[in-house]
Amino acid sequence: MRRTISVLVENEAGVLSRIANLFSARGYNIDSLSVAETLDASVSCMTIVTHGNDQIIEQITKQLHKLINVIKVTDLTEGDHIEREMVLIKVTTEPATRAEALRVADIFRAKVVDVTPKSFTVEVTGGDKKIDGIIALLRPLGIKEIVRTGRIAIGRGN
Amino acid sequence: MKLTGSKIFVESLRAEGVEVVFGYPGGAVLHLYDEIYRSKSPRHILCRHEQGGVHMADGYAKATGKPGVALVTSGPALTNAITGLATAYMDSIPLVVFSGQVPTHLIGNDAFQEADNLGLTRSCTKHNFLVRDVKDLAYTIKQAFHIATTGRPGPVLVDLPKDVTAATCEFTYPQSIKMKYYNPTMQGHPGQIKKAVAALLEARKPVLYIGGGVINANAAPEMTELAELMGAPVTPTLMGLGGFPGDHPLSLGMLGMHGRYATNMAVNSCDLLVAIGARFDDRVTGKLDEFSMNSKKIHIDIDPTSIRKNVHVEIPIVGDSKVVIQQMLDAMKSGGKFKGHPSKLKPWWNQIREWQDQHPLTYEQGPGDLSAMYVIDKIYEMTRGEAIVATDVGQHQMWTAQMYHFKNPRCNLTSGGLGTMGYGYPAAVGAQTAYPDKLVLAVVGDGGFVMTMQEVITAVENNLNVKACIINNRNLGMVRQWQQYFYDRRYSFIDLSVAPDFVKLAEAFGCVGLRASKAEEVVPVLEKAFSTPRPVIMDFQVAYEENVMPMVPSGAPLSKMLLV
Repeated sequence: MRRTISVLVENEAGVLSRIANLFSARGYNIDSLSVAETLDASVSCMTIVTHGNDQIIEQITKQLHKLINVIKVTDLTEGDHIEREMVLIKVTTEPATRAEALRVADIFRAKVVDVTPKSFTVEVTGGDKKIDGIIALLRPLGIKEIVRTGRIAIGRGN
Repeated sequence: MKLTGSKIFVESLRAEGVEVVFGYPGGAVLHLYDEIYRSKSPRHILCRHEQGGVHMADGYAKATGKPGVALVTSGPALTNAITGLATAYMDSIPLVVFSGQVPTHLIGNDAFQEADNLGLTRSCTKHNFLVRDVKDLAYTIKQAFHIATTGRPGPVLVDLPKDVTAATCEFTYPQSIKMKYYNPTMQGHPGQIKKAVAALLEARKPVLYIGGGVINANAAPEMTELAELMGAPVTPTLMGLGGFPGDHPLSLGMLGMHGRYATNMAVNSCDLLVAIGARFDDRVTGKLDEFSMNSKKIHIDIDPTSIRKNVHVEIPIVGDSKVVIQQMLDAMKSGGKFKGHPSKLKPWWNQIREWQDQHPLTYEQGPGDLSAMYVIDKIYEMTRGEAIVATDVGQHQMWTAQMYHFKNPRCNLTSGGLGTMGYGYPAAVGAQTAYPDKLVLAVVGDGGFVMTMQEVITAVENNLNVKACIINNRNLGMVRQWQQYFYDRRYSFIDLSVAPDFVKLAEAFGCVGLRASKAEEVVPVLEKAFSTPRPVIMDFQVAYEENVMPMVPSGAPLSKMLLV
């Protein structure tokens, strides 16, 4: 099962490497990982999307906890939470499909952030299904390049 | 007053009560060695290879319970030290290892003798630090000792760039330390203790399965009290030997791949398995799906990741073995519920005794070749299980585990997790450094001994009178045994017949060499060695093809032991 785990870490050199090392050394999977500072510049938040059975997930959270630089580990999947991902999609368009591509972007509330005579780039934010949806619709029209941030997530309420 | 980084290093070690450092100098640690020279502190033992130095620190730590300290230079010294770090990490041994590093402005430039020490040691240390500013040095050393010795112990590396050891700053050593996000759990959860005690009371076929955690936590006295209160059988892992007296009537000896028949049968047939400071290693469980299938399991461990890693556990208790056992003992003794409890386990003991009678652990010393088991048996008899015994890895290690009934904790020095050949001799040197007057043996194979035998020089230089017993079968016995059983005796590169004359080698090193190749020579050789106040190397020329039995083939369940 896919899990979204939020990890607060001390913002020190090498911390990302410790986390990545833990996953590779123990054979756990990272589906996506995103990391940036929190309000407190000495603390970073990582959102790790991973998968595995319950025993593996239990081990992953415990092993993360065991790292000295890790402050807090939350398996967000266990509670109500919001997940978002941002994607930049560069679409090459023929004159015949250009309008269609723009319509798709509009339906998904994607923002056009760059335009050239032969291509345009859209920025779209959302959950899994929305991102997969727009990619599926734009793909036949000619996606040239795609860059995703990986998921970030936050618990709802308090 | 401002001190240099090197002086701060020396003063910090003094503040930590470090008695001895095992090390080897080099370019990046010149400032440090200059300060050690001038301060005449700490005591420094010069190893002859950094792997040996870290194993010495490991042996010292295992024998004393104090953190072992090693000092190596940058680059190749650190890569040499890695085997020692990985060994200590797998066995949860508290070490603080200091490595030299190129000056901060050269880091990342592929400078001479530069290595990415943090990157290289990340997966074989509990934690590691690079000190970039001399102002952080004292606090980092304090943290390193704190992390190494608390919770589940382990090695910590502190990487010291050369310029940091020359820079100066004000020095005060922190009295105490509070790490906000690192607080190992010591006390067991009261609710879980209650559940555990109820399970102990209910069980009629319990087995106490104890590991190195019992020794790390200094919980041997509590362990004995618990076993005696219940009248329950105790089986130690390789790392747990000595955590419960090996000659105690309740001791079943080691379990697992080379565990005794009765012990493995008991583990597989029990109704309650109490794991204390042990981690259900594959060498212990055999095939996991068929491991002790009908038992309820209690697992006491200070490291939450050890719990439910391999085996499902009904009653997990996170905490320090000593504290948790004491909590259980308090609960068990109140109300007198366990009075006379041992008599309730009588049928269980009858069953265990029956298994023991069916397949006892035996060997035969006939008129022919010398049996390795005979040698180890004699070593046990002559030292009454009270010596400090370091072993290497392989057949001699398993025979020692089977036949040397360690009476006391911190006497069994062995590389259990990583299985590091070459560990035994330097570990014995480290233990002998701590206890110059105790009898310290290195029971090693002819394969492992030559991997780190340069440390004999260290022993000779420092009058560390380690008694090395080479169980010399002229081959890699354990590998050969597997090739015999599982590869139709296709003996692929296990032959070590071409070897130095170990007696002459001993003399060349400046210590005493002795040899026994017949049974009647064994005791006289041991007697002579034990009464010689110098390092001794004994060459026991034993049979080429003797096997460690019983044996659970890799991937087989414990119940499917090969007995002959």
